[in-house]
Amino acid sequence: MQTRTYPPKPSNVYLFGTCLIDLFVPQAGMDAVRLMEREGVSVHFPQDQSCCGQPAYTSGDAEAARKVARAQMDLFKQDWPIVVPSGSCGGMMHEHWPKLFAGDPVYGPKAVALAVRVFELAEFIVNVLRPDYSRARAEPCKVALHTSCSARREMGTRGHGLSLLASLPGVEVVEHVRESECCGFGGTFSLRHPDISGAIVRDKVDSIAGTGCQRFITADCGCMLNISTAAQHRGVGVAGTHMASFVCERLAGESA
Amino acid sequence: MSKHPMQFVPSADFKERARGALDDDKLRKSFRGAMDFLQAKRRNQFSDEEERESLRDLGSAIRKYALANLPDLLEQLERKLTANGIQVHWAETAAEANAIVLDIMQRNAARRMIKGKSMASEEIELNHYLGEHGMECVESDMGEYIVQLAGEKPSHIVMPAIHKNKADVAKLFEEHIPDTPYTEDVDELIQTGRRALRQRFMEADVGLSGVNFAVAETGTLWLIENEGNGRLSTTVPPVHVAIMGMEKVVAKLDHVVPLVSLLTRSATGQAVTTYFNLISSPRRPGELDGPREVHLVLLDNGRSQAYADEQLRSTLQCIRCGACMNHCPVYGRIGGHAYGTTYPGPIGKILSPHLLGLDEAGDLPFASTLCGACSEVCPVRIPIPDLLIRLRNEAKRNPNETVATPLRGQGAKHSAAERVVWQFWSGAFKSPKAWAALRWGATRLRAFTPGAQAGWTQHRTPLKPAPRSLHDLLKDKGQPE
Amino acid sequence: MNARTNMLNKLRAAAPRGASTMPDVAAYYAGRPAATLAERTERLAAELTASHADVRVVSRAGWAVDVARALEEKGVRRLLLQSGAEGQLLAGALPAGTQAAEFSRPLEDWKAELFEDVDAGFTVADCAIAATGTLVHLCGPHMPRTLSLVPPLHLVLVDAARIYATLFDAAAGENWPARMPSNLVMISGPSKTADIQQTLAYGAHGPARLMVFILRAEGEAA
Repeated sequence: MQTRTYPPKPSNVYLFGTCLIDLFVPQAGMDAVRLMEREGVSVHFPQDQSCCGQPAYTSGDAEAARKVARAQMDLFKQDWPIVVPSGSCGGMMHEHWPKLFAGDPVYGPKAVALAVRVFELAEFIVNVLRPDYSRARAEPCKVALHTSCSARREMGTRGHGLSLLASLPGVEVVEHVRESECCGFGGTFSLRHPDISGAIVRDKVDSIAGTGCQRFITADCGCMLNISTAAQHRGVGVAGTHMASFVCERLAGESA
Repeated sequence: MSKHPMQFVPSADFKERARGALDDDKLRKSFRGAMDFLQAKRRNQFSDEEERESLRDLGSAIRKYALANLPDLLEQLERKLTANGIQVHWAETAAEANAIVLDIMQRNAARRMIKGKSMASEEIELNHYLGEHGMECVESDMGEYIVQLAGEKPSHIVMPAIHKNKADVAKLFEEHIPDTPYTEDVDELIQTGRRALRQRFMEADVGLSGVNFAVAETGTLWLIENEGNGRLSTTVPPVHVAIMGMEKVVAKLDHVVPLVSLLTRSATGQAVTTYFNLISSPRRPGELDGPREVHLVLLDNGRSQAYADEQLRSTLQCIRCGACMNHCPVYGRIGGHAYGTTYPGPIGKILSPHLLGLDEAGDLPFASTLCGACSEVCPVRIPIPDLLIRLRNEAKRNPNETVATPLRGQGAKHSAAERVVWQFWSGAFKSPKAWAALRWGATRLRAFTPGAQAGWTQHRTPLKPAPRSLHDLLKDKGQPE
Repeated sequence: MNARTNMLNKLRAAAPRGASTMPDVAAYYAGRPAATLAERTERLAAELTASHADVRVVSRAGWAVDVARALEEKGVRRLLLQSGAEGQLLAGALPAGTQAAEFSRPLEDWKAELFEDVDAGFTVADCAIAATGTLVHLCGPHMPRTLSLVPPLHLVLVDAARIYATLFDAAAGENWPARMPSNLVMISGPSKTADIQQTLAYGAHGPARLMVFILRAEGEAA
């Protein structure tokens, strides 16, 4: 992971909603929009967007991944930042699109140019928007933080998540045992190797539950759905909240 | 030695073995304990992040340089070793390597071999082969010895008996070593092993070892260990045979300096191991000990396939520290035996397809969450997740497709049905209209979402689409495009 | 030679064209603050002690007496000596219960005796490495390989003036590439293993105990 330089606060951004949020957790996307609009940024959502192509990419079907990725690459015509409320999808666009299109005379350079404009939501809020959350709700609240592995390693998302949570009054992040270990999702891995994936997520649920926190915050819907539904399956009282939704929740009632 | 035949597990049936391992609580505890221990030890060794990263850069550059010049360095190594009196043998396949070792033994009228730790010898299943030819091979590394007594194979490349606890070893020793009472005292167990093996060192006709690094500049075999069995195996018997994957050569003696530091710190969290054993020649005139003959077997066995491809070549940068397995969430859950290959864990997933072919090892690249913990700790910066994705592509590729650097077993996991799924998927996601229709269906018909969803619901509650998609909600809100 | 040709041909066909730059290991290690002799001595002793060795700093005049005392403490009956001046000096200072002999016969003539009857081996290290607590032995006619390996107790004398700060410094300072012995051995503690349930145990196959006598450099205060 390279250290990156950040642009000054822009007037406009694109939101890339991701397919998981689109279909399963749309409120996280709405909350991401709200957080950016709160800072006076105009958020654009090209309606023709769908998915970054990661499922096929990691499954060994590069051609299928390219087809889907290509369909996204012409949607962000203005030179605005592209904000992704998922570290894993952001990592796909930032890290892997250039590799996926390496050698392609048209989409190769396009992928490289797009990659530098892609930011994970928390990263963008903390480093570009720099909001003032000092008037957010102040009552104490303890949460665990889960960072998707690709986001942590490709986008440095854990640090951004911690900074964002630290800017919220009253919020305490409790570290859990083996926090940096994978939750076992791995996209299609969870379907291809359900036994191994199940064993890994079981341990993750236990270590989050071990903090005494009933909720964990994450910027990744894949991990969030994996851990939350695995906890629910076993009747363990642990549930995930998307970072954007959690921040909105803390800002609720804030005097406008 | 052990009457048990060694187990040769094909790398097929990975899933079944993995399931068996997952159900074995004791095994999982052994691995969890070992991984937590090794991770903490490594962390302590690399407390200075800047030093760690710059050393990894250097280590990676050294290995890349060696690979870029591999044929020249191998020839230089051969010249130097030969001049030093060490005989060099080349083996394209496991069978050739085995035959070379057997021939050396037969020419020396040897029957008993004492072995220092060598994963290359595991890879070619040397013990089994020599056993079939009436030779007796005894493993002398404590972990390897334990595994051999149990009739098993190593479950980790650095700590072969990592899957066993004290009680397992106590039982094994009580059963196999005469006059040994059951004890879980580790000091006593080690002394028992020491006594049992001492005689073997004295009697052995041939000592076999692996090689950590071979230095082309000086014609030196650099061996690393803690126990002293490696030194004994390479010093006491009259003949020493070393075997190594041909990628392990480096250009200069000082190139090993950063590499050993990376290796011992990454592997077991030690700043240094007890012994660095640098062998440059057999016993010279006037010397009182050391083997009369030293041989080096250079092994290809599929490595040249990885070498032929620019991206896959980085697989051969590996210095076999095992840090990738110590940090792998999958390895930690299923242990080394489930892989059914000599090299388990992340490095095994990217190396085995070249040694065995994708037809045999094609499952392994898919058995990863791609979390990247392996490449994060790799001392020579092998981009393991990228290589896994590449191998997935090769395994799924049409077997008849012509490519620049074909892999053995290309397309072994090709499935017309899966291709169709991805074609349908890419069709849906590349067309805004099709994706809109799919969203509409999934959200409006969410009441009909199936309760059983492939592997997902085995350990989780079902996923249910939201009543309205983000597209819908933002359209309603009048979000600009 | 067929395998050789095939292997090299395959590699040559695939090897990248164009020169690659040789990594500069010396540049990487250059510019580190130099440690003084006292610092190096202290570090060597500390690292060896941490590795479970028994370390004593001794004087030039009296080291043989110190080693002899240690032999008595450990109840060494049969001691094997490296041939040379130090071995002879030590032979002259032995306690009553210790019998010493030089390693003077080829190993195969007395293998069982060496394995079974010798309590301790005495060697003089060629040099040492402070950073990792390492004793370097250049094996050759006067330094048999098994002397530092087979007896259960290993006593090493090392001159403080011969302590390098790092492995890199030792390799460069001693110009090893130009003078590699048949066997160069670096020893950083007694033999050990953690192969049973990650539990550390000493004396796996090599010496269970390592005693190091660091010869204080000339002009240094006692």
